Amino acid sequence: MHTDDDHDHSELSDTQLRVRALETILTEKGYIDPAVLDGIIEHYETKTGPHIGARAIARAWVDPQFKAALLEDATKAIAALGVGVGDHLIAVENTPAQHHMVVCTLCSCYPWDVLGLPPVWYKSAPYRSRAVMDPRGVLADFGVTLPTDTEVRVWDSTAETRFIVVPQRPAGTDGWSEERLATLVTRDCMIGMGLPRTPAKATP
Amino acid sequence: MNGVHDMGGMHGFGKVAPDADERPFHATWEARVLAMQRAIRFARAWNIDMSRDAIERQPPQRYLAASYYERWLMGMETSAVEKGLIDPDEIAAGHALRPGKSVARVMTKDDLGRPFTRGSFSRPPGHEARFKPGDRVRTRNINPATHTRLPRYARGREGLVEAVRGCHVFPDSVVTGHGEDPQWLYTVVFNGRQLWGANADPTLTVSIEAFEPYLEPA
Repeated sequence: MHTDDDHDHSELSDTQLRVRALETILTEKGYIDPAVLDGIIEHYETKTGPHIGARAIARAWVDPQFKAALLEDATKAIAALGVGVGDHLIAVENTPAQHHMVVCTLCSCYPWDVLGLPPVWYKSAPYRSRAVMDPRGVLADFGVTLPTDTEVRVWDSTAETRFIVVPQRPAGTDGWSEERLATLVTRDCMIGMGLPRTPAKATP
Repeated sequence: MNGVHDMGGMHGFGKVAPDADERPFHATWEARVLAMQRAIRFARAWNIDMSRDAIERQPPQRYLAASYYERWLMGMETSAVEKGLIDPDEIAAGHALRPGKSVARVMTKDDLGRPFTRGSFSRPPGHEARFKPGDRVRTRNINPATHTRLPRYARGREGLVEAVRGCHVFPDSVVTGHGEDPQWLYTVVFNGRQLWGANADPTLTVSIEAFEPYLEPA
């Protein structure tokens, strides 16, 4: 837990004061328990994250049966890996003909169970406003260029369905183990806002 | 409601910038806000649709100026007062001035051991699905002043039903106090030109997740 904003209590911002006030009131009224809040925070800081999604993607790359199951019902398929995932998760597969991207234009819906908490850019007005209209421009902001004839399919998460992109397996990875492949799977490529790392850029 | 939260297709917000700091929380208070939201939802004080609605109803200037977790904070303050859990004078005082009301349940340390996965929004259907994959549909041109999940850019547009996603809690109904009123949910895909006109990226398709009341046969 970082406490960079807690060092000097005499300089609390209006937001910090309001958060503190709300927590105090909700606690005094018996609706919440601060010690439980600590446990919730620990969960999001240490347990969830894109490593869960990356594991499923790497498995899909090496196991065609698992990939088929993932595309059929991602909640069920990932649960079979021993990872609990909430309902209504949908996996969509990138191909040379079609690239998928995920956005939530209305708020910031995101597959927390498999990717952890969303990055700031995913929740930002530039991404939410532009992804559905100019996805190639948005990709260019991150230095990603797709072939001009690849169809770009944008999924706007307007309900409780959640989406994870199954990127194309990078070339030059024949014979790689599932664990090694997982190191190529970035969070951004599972949102469709990037491509997996290439073997040359793999982190050991 | 036609609020500033409905951002799809707006101009002027600039480039998407990668995060300079990839930590899940950038300040302690952000983590407290997220955790409070989880705990108070566990108490069934309000649901996810009500959370979104409370955020969307913030004045547009406030919404746009606020960060993600600041919006959550505003939404929680609004909801807690509206649901009668706390009073405005308590927010001003920074302390409870009256005893709490009873809530459905309070999250304890024992609950932390249970999975944090999302619950199911599936509900038994009251009728057969009206559409099937391959059907041409048109989204209705609706402009409710209350919460809806049909974005403005996708209203009155012709698209194709790609998948039926089951029958789900209908946010538009929950938030207006009319209960879950479960509705069939569909993935409806639109051609980029249908949404953005002749100059749209010719390789673009966009889908939304559309509840049945948003759709009519094309």
